[in-house]
Amino acid sequence: MRPPSPSIPEKDFLFSALKQGLRLDGREFLETRPVTLTFGPELGWVECSLGKTRVLTQVDAKMVKPPPERPFEGFITIHSELSPMASSEFELGRPSEEEVMITRMLDKVIRRSDVVDKESLCILSGQRVWHLRLNVHCLSDSGNLLDCVCLAGIVALKHFRRPDVEVVGEDVTVHPPTFRAPIPLSLHHNPYCFTFAFFSDTSLNPVLDPNLLEQRLNGGLISIALNAQRELCVVQKSGGVPLEPGDILKIVNVAAVKAKDLDAFVESRLQEDWEGRKIEIR
Amino acid sequence: MSIVLPGERVPAQHVNLKLGPGLLQASNVSSSTNRTSPSIFATRAGSLNHSANGSKWWVENNARRYVPAAQESVIGVVVQKQGEGFRVDIGSAHSANLDGLAFEGATKRNKPNLKVGSLIYARVSLAHKDMEPELECFDAQSRKAEGFGELKGGFLVRCSLRLCRQLLDPKHFLLPLLGSLFPLEIAVGLNGRLWINSQDAKCIIAIARAIEAADPDAQGMGEDDVRTLLEHP
Repeated sequence: MRPPSPSIPEKDFLFSALKQGLRLDGREFLETRPVTLTFGPELGWVECSLGKTRVLTQVDAKMVKPPPERPFEGFITIHSELSPMASSEFELGRPSEEEVMITRMLDKVIRRSDVVDKESLCILSGQRVWHLRLNVHCLSDSGNLLDCVCLAGIVALKHFRRPDVEVVGEDVTVHPPTFRAPIPLSLHHNPYCFTFAFFSDTSLNPVLDPNLLEQRLNGGLISIALNAQRELCVVQKSGGVPLEPGDILKIVNVAAVKAKDLDAFVESRLQEDWEGRKIEIR
Repeated sequence: MSIVLPGERVPAQHVNLKLGPGLLQASNVSSSTNRTSPSIFATRAGSLNHSANGSKWWVENNARRYVPAAQESVIGVVVQKQGEGFRVDIGSAHSANLDGLAFEGATKRNKPNLKVGSLIYARVSLAHKDMEPELECFDAQSRKAEGFGELKGGFLVRCSLRLCRQLLDPKHFLLPLLGSLFPLEIAVGLNGRLWINSQDAKCIIAIARAIEAADPDAQGMGEDDVRTLLEHP
């Protein structure tokens, strides 16, 4: 069932409010919703919420034989399927345009931008490598699922610890977490994704972190993934109203500042959670 | 007041027993024994309530997806013009049908001209679980509009089903509080949608935020918290 487009009063009200510089939930145009990160009992289990949009991710690792063309690298696969639990507009088995975009963007941000150091996932070249599996479950969609999903994925990878492995000759011993402390993954960088919605009426400024109504009525979405070191990973703009180069540069600058703040926040939350767990006995 | 799960038997017995939402009577065809009390089952998870004399029983729960029931007022969005009537989305599994003649003073020559995307306030006249629900835009007894019909301007807010039921209770604090602070026009749909209209956009946004804050699904703020939220935006 295609999602019904918003009613006429909602459309009229949104545009008249935006013309007056007001957003529906009282935020500034370039303000995101509050981010909350909850860590689960296992390592690599993270629930991320951006306001009312909630996503749950989990990282799993197992040892497999690598493909013959790349014997020195491990690999990572991402599984995400939007079910009607997130919203009554999603259907199982029939990916909507939005779902396809989220899957592709997640692939670009986490796999193709080389977040995880794949060579460090190699145990015994040609025979045993780690296969990381990132499972994403969308619990509730209240706009901007994409940013939430990317954030949850990165935080889960940072939170996860894989078991320690000892290789003696051809023998591979996996030490259980009770015996030797598990090791964090080796990540090259941490990209964060920011989505801006802009509207067909070009006099309205773009809006960061659109909620559900703003997302439905947008005249185009632009998503920027970058890390705290001001390195751009992905810039995606699929269709929509054309933007001036000056506007895009402004948007990128805003995203760069937000990425730094978000990185600091994520690090502090991870630190807090780490202190609460008993993984190592020194 | 106990909590029941779907499938549990409920000890409801009365001469004039009326079952409200969430309870179903199982029809037992037993040849040997003559059962005096038919078995009543709960179909939803929630708290079991009954009236003082035990004649009315129902299950109170909170949900976000609407299941249509007859005689409930709902807010719908017109999706399509279909023949003589309209197809309206009310948030249920199937779209509802609204006949073109189901308005006050409508004749074959004089039918209302609703555009796709307009909001209407209607009453569910027919709702069975296997059929598409049907809507009417007039009151059942008086055949007059009584507030039903097209809603122009304003804004639509979505909320949980329990908040809609609470807002219809005259003893709830939220609507009198909002009415004392802003000039307000509101239509409550039992399908989790509220239509609000006020003098300008700032007031409407403040009202929408207050409603979302008082929603038991989200924060469930009490009266004092909502008042502080409204006075210090």
